[in-house]
Amino acid sequence: MFRYIVRRLLQMVLTFFGATFVVFALTFANQDDPLQALAGERPITESQRLALTERYHLDEPFLTQYWYYMKGLLTGDLGTSLTGQKIGDMLVNAWPVTMRLALIAIVLAVVISVTAGVYSAIRRGGAFDNITLFLTLVLLAMPIVVLAPMAQLLFGIQLGWFPPTATRDASLYALFLPALVLATLAIATELRVTRTSVVENLRADYVRTARAKGLTGRRVIWVHVLRNSLIPVVTLIGVDLGGLMSGAIVTEKIFNIPGVGFNIARAISTEDGPLVVGFVSILVIIFLVVNLVVDLLYAALDPRIRYE
Amino acid sequence: MPGKSPWKMAVGATAIALLAAGCGSGGSDDSAASSNTAIIGIGEPQHLIPSNTTESNGAEVLSSLFYPLVDFDDKNNPTEVAAESITADATNKVWTVKLKSGFTFHNGEPVIADNYIDAWNYAAYGPNGQGGSYFFTRIAGFDDLQSEDPDGEEGPQKAPEPKAKKLTGLKKVDDTTFTVSLSAPFASFKSLLGYTVFYPLPKAAFSSDGVIADGFEDSIIGNGPFKLKGKWEHDAQIVVEKVTDFKGQIPKVDGITWKIYQDDQAQYADLVAGNLDVQTTIPIESLASASADLGDRFQKSPNSVFQFVGFPTFLKEYQNVDVRKAISMAINRQEITDQIFLGSQTPATSFVSPVVAGYRENTCGANCEYNPTEAKKLYTAAKGPAEIKITYNVDGGHKAWVDATCNQIKASLGVNCTGQGEQKFADLLTKVEKKENVGLIRLGWIMDYPLMENYLGPLYGTGGSSNYYGYSNTAFDALVKEGSEAATPEEAIAKWQAAEDILAKDMPVIPLRVGQNVFGFSEKVTNVTVDLFQKVDIYAIEVVS
Repeated sequence: MFRYIVRRLLQMVLTFFGATFVVFALTFANQDDPLQALAGERPITESQRLALTERYHLDEPFLTQYWYYMKGLLTGDLGTSLTGQKIGDMLVNAWPVTMRLALIAIVLAVVISVTAGVYSAIRRGGAFDNITLFLTLVLLAMPIVVLAPMAQLLFGIQLGWFPPTATRDASLYALFLPALVLATLAIATELRVTRTSVVENLRADYVRTARAKGLTGRRVIWVHVLRNSLIPVVTLIGVDLGGLMSGAIVTEKIFNIPGVGFNIARAISTEDGPLVVGFVSILVIIFLVVNLVVDLLYAALDPRIRYE
Repeated sequence: MPGKSPWKMAVGATAIALLAAGCGSGGSDDSAASSNTAIIGIGEPQHLIPSNTTESNGAEVLSSLFYPLVDFDDKNNPTEVAAESITADATNKVWTVKLKSGFTFHNGEPVIADNYIDAWNYAAYGPNGQGGSYFFTRIAGFDDLQSEDPDGEEGPQKAPEPKAKKLTGLKKVDDTTFTVSLSAPFASFKSLLGYTVFYPLPKAAFSSDGVIADGFEDSIIGNGPFKLKGKWEHDAQIVVEKVTDFKGQIPKVDGITWKIYQDDQAQYADLVAGNLDVQTTIPIESLASASADLGDRFQKSPNSVFQFVGFPTFLKEYQNVDVRKAISMAINRQEITDQIFLGSQTPATSFVSPVVAGYRENTCGANCEYNPTEAKKLYTAAKGPAEIKITYNVDGGHKAWVDATCNQIKASLGVNCTGQGEQKFADLLTKVEKKENVGLIRLGWIMDYPLMENYLGPLYGTGGSSNYYGYSNTAFDALVKEGSEAATPEEAIAKWQAAEDILAKDMPVIPLRVGQNVFGFSEKVTNVTVDLFQKVDIYAIEVVS
């Protein structure tokens, strides 16, 4: 197990450098005229263009720019954005709120989808099963750009149950509505997967054995069946966590949360290479760590799985 | 027993996650500490160093932190505010600025002439890359502060240091007086001084001569009626509080929270829900419901936005003036402002905005009136192109009206018209520079200072900073220049009006619309006005007790 973890961590280093290189190359290819993008429709004077080009090494070839960036990164300096802010500070400001948002969303998604998934599996073909099937189809069909403003209008403005926007240090209550909207992304798929997997396991031999032993129905479902059914769901949660963080672009914009999604969107539109890479590299790290944790969870859930 | 642990683990993980998510929720409503404060919505400013602040968000925040030399009265004439007097010599070339005494910066430093001279030298010095440096081009010695890359941007050589570090045109007379020498006479120089980039900076701003201290921008110190409380909280808010015993005009509120929004619609949601007091620009998506949501707290006021499309001079098919006139007459401006902009913009009938002194209605005359039959006749006679293109940038929300304009042109002239979207404005400029067939180009302009010249020079002058379509007319240039150098503002206006008449004959652009502020405010505040620069009047706004 220990050797497995070490091997995975070493792989992560390689993946990390590969990913930052690719992201840097992509932003570089996208880079047309970042100074004009920053200035909008205002004319830029020649001397200003000259000064900024030199300050941000914009006229250097790609590899040189990447070298400057890596040199800074390895000495703990993430560089400055084109507006002159320290990228390190921006990361520190943006990550906590997105992290909290994603965690609340994951918890909401898991609680709702696992409970509803198990119930609809037990009463397969019943009214609850059909209603959830219909609702998940609606959720899957509804893009978040529609869902988020609708939720804001209904629960935030008309009913006034929740504040329509949240700030950087928002309370759990203020983050609930955006988190719920974000969770819908995950709820639909997680619910369907839980249901299918529980249905499958209900027919398994060990369930019959457990029942024959005289265990209560509740214990059979929530301990024996659920444990085995959770393996595909856990995989999904791992993927979703990363997706929720990067996919928060729309939700964060609509609910005015100055987090990661918003910063990445801004960095891309201002063609700010170091800023994009700064945010994306941390996203990459989180993806890698979460996937490692998911793989380790398999072993906990299924004793047949062993890592060497 | 291994069978139980995952379930416990899951519960434990959930508890930890919720706990972690709940952490840091404290201290979220400390901004509501004092009740006599207003919350005004803005976007994240790009910069807060005055000479680098050329967009409206930063300018709005700075208007609360700084006290300008001049402000503008109801007729847009400059009046002295922080200055005792600003006078010119007989030639309008040397201007003497006398400061009112007794003013201090927020850190206690008295405001003296050096503060202006230092700030302006910093702004004009090329290598500092300040966005507002072009305002200082009129001051003598500006050229010596710039450097040129000897082998172009791509070349390996670095640009040499500029010849000088200080503007020769700025001279200190005594602590409260300094003179500004211009490289050419300019009778309306005083109007320029109302702009953000001319604010002073305290000695504390500089770590050494000509270098701004690290971190000064985040905790900026001004000479205005409000001072920064804490630091600039990027992407969240900028809180300012009243300066005790301020010598100038005293605002009626004790503080302002400039709340930063990523998105106009999120801002509007907060305004309707009562979490925000003022929104200066209500997004077009919310305009339809704004009257119902806000009642008489939804208001309009004029601003300086001018929207138009230009004809690139390098495209042969548009070189015939009659073609340009015909296309202009084919467009029903009123229909577009009513249907698409829901009355938030009005049709333009002149080449400058109605907010500047010297504006006359209808200088464009019949050329800007919707007249499809006449347009078609003119267009056919002039053998206009069978295909018209309008290029615009898609990130600015222009698609709807460009397509509508094209449909009108199609219907009126019977030719094909398509809207061509470019990702960004920069992409559009690149194509124009390469002289590609872009057709008509969508453009807009917001003035920097309230003078006709600020529209005529940059937009239509030969080599003007935003004259991307390359219009050039020597008679026009001469009149604009004569206006700038005229002895009095009245004479200047007469010359500029004559210059505008030339535009009506040449039609280098099609004037389309002039903008308005469409703003709304909560029940908590009254006396909310938004000025020509899209800024809330921070001296007039009041909190209802």
